[in-house]
Amino acid sequence: MSVTREEVAKIASLARIKMGDEELDRMVPELNNILDWVEQLGEVDTSGVEPMTAVIPNTLRLRDDVVDAIPETSGGRRDDVLANAPVAEHGFFGVPKVIE
Amino acid sequence: MTDFTNLGVKDIRDGVAGGDFTAREVAESFNAAVAAAAELNAFIVTTPDHALAAADAVDAKRAKGEGLGKMGGVPIGMKDLFATKGVQTTAASHILEGFKPEYESTVSQKLWDAGAGMLGKLNLDQFAMGSSNETSYFGNVSSPWKKDGTNAAMSPGGSSGGSSSAVAARIAPAATGTDTGGSIRQPAAFTGICGIKPTYGRCSRWGVVAFASSLDQAGPMARSVEDCAIMLEAMAGFDPKDATSLQMDVPNWEAALSADLKGKKIGIPKEYRMDGTDQAILDSWEQGKAMLRDAGAEIVDVSLPHTKYALPAYYIIAPAEASSNLARYDGVRYGLRDLPDGAGLQEMYAATRAAGFGDEVKRRVLIGTYVLSAGFYDAYYTQAQKIRTLVAQDFEKAFEQCDVILAPTTPTASFPLGSLNEDPLTMYLNDVFAVPASLAGLPAMSVPAMTNSDGLPLGLQLVGKPFDEQGVLNAGLAIQQRAGFEAQPEKWW
Repeated sequence: MSVTREEVAKIASLARIKMGDEELDRMVPELNNILDWVEQLGEVDTSGVEPMTAVIPNTLRLRDDVVDAIPETSGGRRDDVLANAPVAEHGFFGVPKVIE
Repeated sequence: MTDFTNLGVKDIRDGVAGGDFTAREVAESFNAAVAAAAELNAFIVTTPDHALAAADAVDAKRAKGEGLGKMGGVPIGMKDLFATKGVQTTAASHILEGFKPEYESTVSQKLWDAGAGMLGKLNLDQFAMGSSNETSYFGNVSSPWKKDGTNAAMSPGGSSGGSSSAVAARIAPAATGTDTGGSIRQPAAFTGICGIKPTYGRCSRWGVVAFASSLDQAGPMARSVEDCAIMLEAMAGFDPKDATSLQMDVPNWEAALSADLKGKKIGIPKEYRMDGTDQAILDSWEQGKAMLRDAGAEIVDVSLPHTKYALPAYYIIAPAEASSNLARYDGVRYGLRDLPDGAGLQEMYAATRAAGFGDEVKRRVLIGTYVLSAGFYDAYYTQAQKIRTLVAQDFEKAFEQCDVILAPTTPTASFPLGSLNEDPLTMYLNDVFAVPASLAGLPAMSVPAMTNSDGLPLGLQLVGKPFDEQGVLNAGLAIQQRAGFEAQPEKWW
């Protein structure tokens, strides 16, 4: 399967990456090379094979229902969370106006 | 001042504990070596004060007669994929330039708790995507090695190329690496050092910038098998903050090291004899067999029939996971923001990601977005995940006949920087021998075996059963003892 320039432009917009004409022109043959190469996976008969979901068998754990059991991943860290934001105002992440 | 930069992890730790020298003296030596090696471009930022503070803490503990920890007094390089509190963490990308985490990754915290200090944050391929260290926003890393009689800058491998370059150049006794599809083993092989990727889940991924979450695994890179065993013990262990972390005790790998392989069977996968593999690589493989036989092991032939499909499956699965993981870089919560005049939220996302990601990252995010998109998901992603099951089953069957698998780490020795840039696919082929073990989550190590006719190092790879890091380390030790690899790059930096 190969992708056209229009399809690459669509994928780029789905991926939220702005691409100019020149970059799109460059990307189309590169992506097609890679896609041509992965086509060989179609040769393998995988009927009856389960897709892998966990590489090493592991049991799903439930954490104890304790508030702030792990401080680094719990609440109450607003300032830390905002510390690296490009724009942080009044305790929120600032973004361009979304609703007119 | 005595120069301590020829010492490895074990020698430093034991020397500091025994009072032969202080941790501060060691840290000063390595800080000076790092500062003098800027030409390698191995570090994105240096943190000499961190190394000195950790050393002073170890020296103070010793004065009080307290225990110094598994890595007591050892200054290390930290791949810039690990979040380090208050120290810039970029994954070698522009989009994270200036990001200073408010938290410490579990692996780095464990290393500091074990008495290690940090020399700085090591350069890498951007978001760990690359096999040559040419995709960093902060410039290429050079290998300390040169081809005999030439002056071209050589690739230190990737993605952990800053780590491999620093350890091989003796500006760090050891460094952290991460391995998604060979990113510890391939650079270790290119630079004549050791590196081990443990079983998936041994090392916590919490605080490690994510590339492909079902594959990413941290591990140590050092100049000897013993040093890798020591450092892996310090890095590994259960972490409640990582849902994929293994709830298992960390074995005492260092204490159980043994190069006596009597009763062990070493498997040789016939599918790894691929067209295009250098004759020198095949020769090193033969030598590896002879060394392991000499250590008492029996050599048996095994088959991994889906080897050919592992690499293309990887280049669906890893980009798919990357496209999802990298969605978090949107210019809102951290890192770069590009807000063109009058732009709305969607345009801000698109402009930020266009400006912040390098070409290889964009390429992989696009591939990942494509294979996960409606209409293509089953044909690509589900098929790749099924092939991943078959690759893992191949290993399971092979391990019914053998204890450890021996293979080359890479199909070629290092190449000059810039020589493979024109074609991403050729670059991907570098990891053809490393990727299968990654897909199966198995422990795997590269150990230097010999140098080729150009004077460049070649590595041998050992792959073990799940949780059998010991078997991998022991076979690696048997090779290390017999190969007697002592070649060093000539200092030009």
